[in-house]
Amino acid sequence: MTKSHKGARPGFVLEVDRSTPPTLFWHGEGFRLEKLPVGSRVIYAPEPLPALDDPRGAIRHALLNPIGESQPLPSLLFSGMRLTIAFDDISLPLPPMERPDIRQMVIEEVLELAAVAGVDDVEIIAALALHRRMTEDELRHAVGDRVYDAFAPSGKLYNHDAEDPDALTNLGQTKHGEDVIINKRAAESDLLIYVNINLVAMDGGWKSTATGLSGYQSLKSHHNVATMRNSKSFMDRHKSELHTSNWRMGKVIRDAGVKIFQIETTLNNEAFPEPFGFLQKREWEWSAKDRMSFLGSSKALDRTPTKIKRAIFQNIKAPHRMTSVQAGEVEAVHEVTTANVFKQQLVVVEGQTDVLTMGLPYICPYNVNSIMNPILVMCLGLGYFFNLYRNKPLVREGGVLIMSHPTPWEFHPVHHPSYIDFFEQVLSETTDPERIEKEFEQSFAEDEWYRHLYRTSYAYHGVHPFYMWYWGAHAMQHLGKVIIVGGDTKSVRRLGFTPASTLRDALEMAEDVVGRSPSITHIHNPPIFLSDVQ
Amino acid sequence: MKALRFERSVPKFALARITSARKPGSGAGVGPLVFDDDAPEPHAPGDGWVRVRPRLAGICGSDLATVDGRSSRYFEPIVSFPFVPGHEVVGNLDDGRRVVIEPVLGCVARGVVPVCPACAAGHLGRCERITFGHLKPGLQSGFCCETGGGWSTAMTAHVSQLHDVPADMTDEDAVMVEPTACAVHAALSAGPLGGTAVAVIGAGTLGLLTVAALAEFNRPDSLIVGAKHPAQRRFATTFGATAVAEPSALARAVRSATHSLAIGDGAIERLTGGADVVFDCVGSSDTIADALAMVRPGGRVVLVGMPATVKVDLTPLWHREVALVGAYAYGVEPLAAGRRTFDLAFELVRAHALGGLVSATYPLDQYVDAIAHAATAGRRDGVKIAFDLRNEKDHNR
Repeated sequence: MTKSHKGARPGFVLEVDRSTPPTLFWHGEGFRLEKLPVGSRVIYAPEPLPALDDPRGAIRHALLNPIGESQPLPSLLFSGMRLTIAFDDISLPLPPMERPDIRQMVIEEVLELAAVAGVDDVEIIAALALHRRMTEDELRHAVGDRVYDAFAPSGKLYNHDAEDPDALTNLGQTKHGEDVIINKRAAESDLLIYVNINLVAMDGGWKSTATGLSGYQSLKSHHNVATMRNSKSFMDRHKSELHTSNWRMGKVIRDAGVKIFQIETTLNNEAFPEPFGFLQKREWEWSAKDRMSFLGSSKALDRTPTKIKRAIFQNIKAPHRMTSVQAGEVEAVHEVTTANVFKQQLVVVEGQTDVLTMGLPYICPYNVNSIMNPILVMCLGLGYFFNLYRNKPLVREGGVLIMSHPTPWEFHPVHHPSYIDFFEQVLSETTDPERIEKEFEQSFAEDEWYRHLYRTSYAYHGVHPFYMWYWGAHAMQHLGKVIIVGGDTKSVRRLGFTPASTLRDALEMAEDVVGRSPSITHIHNPPIFLSDVQ
Repeated sequence: MKALRFERSVPKFALARITSARKPGSGAGVGPLVFDDDAPEPHAPGDGWVRVRPRLAGICGSDLATVDGRSSRYFEPIVSFPFVPGHEVVGNLDDGRRVVIEPVLGCVARGVVPVCPACAAGHLGRCERITFGHLKPGLQSGFCCETGGGWSTAMTAHVSQLHDVPADMTDEDAVMVEPTACAVHAALSAGPLGGTAVAVIGAGTLGLLTVAALAEFNRPDSLIVGAKHPAQRRFATTFGATAVAEPSALARAVRSATHSLAIGDGAIERLTGGADVVFDCVGSSDTIADALAMVRPGGRVVLVGMPATVKVDLTPLWHREVALVGAYAYGVEPLAAGRRTFDLAFELVRAHALGGLVSATYPLDQYVDAIAHAATAGRRDGVKIAFDLRNEKDHNR
């Protein structure tokens, strides 16, 4: 593990020369070491920022000293009130963090203040929108056993249900005609406290309530191809149509009288514990121990069946530590939070590249304790990593994106039933996001079986794979070609991408699109970072 | 003449069964099928019988089952040994006419007077006299020791079995007429299908032809096909399937198309609703079980592919009041104003140039390779395999 220290080095752009050691690429539940051509750039994230020495003290301080037009939390709490606490679901953070989870620490502090104020009517809601419901174990991990045992048995801690018409309320429309329908209990409470983990800049703000506590009718206003293509990028709120729409909805929520106390937290990028500490290091700084760890784990993983590899990686708990916590009025809080995320993640990069390479890990927000299916591979590469930019994309328009991932034709039937059908029935017809949206979305969104599985089992909503596809719509439009190295050929082709056996082959293929001797840039992860492209 | 002859030999039949269990199509090399390049020509068994010199003769699923020792013992009393297989035949008469043979050996061909009620009604496939009359038992040409079959350079056929081939129709198209007639009959046997959702299991020759026949003559609203191989998927779409799914994903596709619910936590065990009619063009235990899992309550499962002894849980048949029916051969089609199935088949073959499904042809003496190819045609991106007799040098000619 890379230790947090006060002298954390900023991000770094390396130019590959003859002495540069091979570069580490994630490759699902494994790694590849690749020799990038001389002259290629490799972007490394900043080192982990120092963690808060006393996170619980910092949380309490934030609750007592809110930002923006908000009173301290104790003065918002009173006996006889209805208090709702909503929190980010299993999709954050990645990997899931070691106990105690930030949500647990924040919720415990909030509940302590509520108890002092004599508040009895408290409900705690996992704000999962159209994500799958969290299991008991996952809820316990997020909020802690004490909170779980105090609230869940009496039905006061539960998953948001975006398909329960009795549990939603319509707060009106934005001036753009967007329906604002959110969780009824949250909307009708005297106070809604939202507990965020802001892993990346796009998290939090009005998106928390307007998205996390809403349903399909609201979400389709901004989770659509046009909005996604006009979000450049999601990580830059002011250039993100997705966020603009959420902010408009936020105004409707505020004007409807919903009182929100927003709590946002940021993490350092300490994502992997030993023996995977080498993942976060710059290769030329690997110690003998790091090299041994890499060789040992690579060899062991090569011999391990996929199911077991998946279990090993999904069991990893990140040693993330909290770097900031701020509370109060939604927009004011979010401004500070975003600045704090940038402090940890921003790397200045000079100019775009012809070819962007990236290794994709085993996990994304939608396969925690699950399988990274091909649609999620697409979404992680084109939806998330491609969009980890500010100003302009790292890769130029018409450029080539090369991703490394096994991309197995494999799905978790319980978690992703509609993904299976999307892959079989929709992508076999077309990969064009606009056509997909027009011809197929509604039938999946309104499918009774998916609705049943979403509400009673642990399935993502029927429409969710469409949203994954739309996340990638901006990149699909921008890029000249997408190549997946080491992926299942059939899966890669079904996605509409080009398979390649090796990085060398992929780079040769890329030259057909961008010409000879292209500029090449590699995003080195973990940890994730945000490129500020000049 | 040259001929492939299937002899009665229990040990060889057993050997073919064992061998083919591991490698489908391998029964030809070890089983009761033998190549004879000096076989006697069959004699006309009576008046109205003529010699036919086959030009192309197809290899069908029932032939493969026979050669591989997988066919049911049900057939033993209704065939006569030794027989020359081959019932998908286009050939020449001695006067040069090119004909397709309608192979069912019904009352008229057998000289049975009066004809049975089924034959009287034109439902030749349901003939009640296929072991009677002046012919030895044999449900069709190609299964009767007296008539010979298409896997030879000469056979005999009754004039009632002959259909003239138009001059502008290729041999490849013509050899597809008989299997197409089976498919047309199956497609029309389920009653009117307008406004319904129909699923087809299997996308071999019979499955694809059933798709084409359904789309042409019965027009269900949804026609969902399970097809594994690229060529099969391509043909299914061309022939009018509204959706094509991997066989393992067919139930999911049917569920989506019918807006059904399903039992199973994301993985489908069975549908609670489903297709109005499922055509099983394979006929195995697994596919019949699959059909029962994707047909709606009160729906119908049509067995188009020839089954043998199967093991199937019939509880859903009882509980969901599903009709399980067979579709065999041809005759006349009440749903098409009583027209002969073969006439409809000629139309369909012409409309889709179905000779394009003939993927490879073999000379008779390469029958081992031909049978092996036919058994794995889908995997090899093919559909119909046939014997090409047009260039055979015949001792007796």
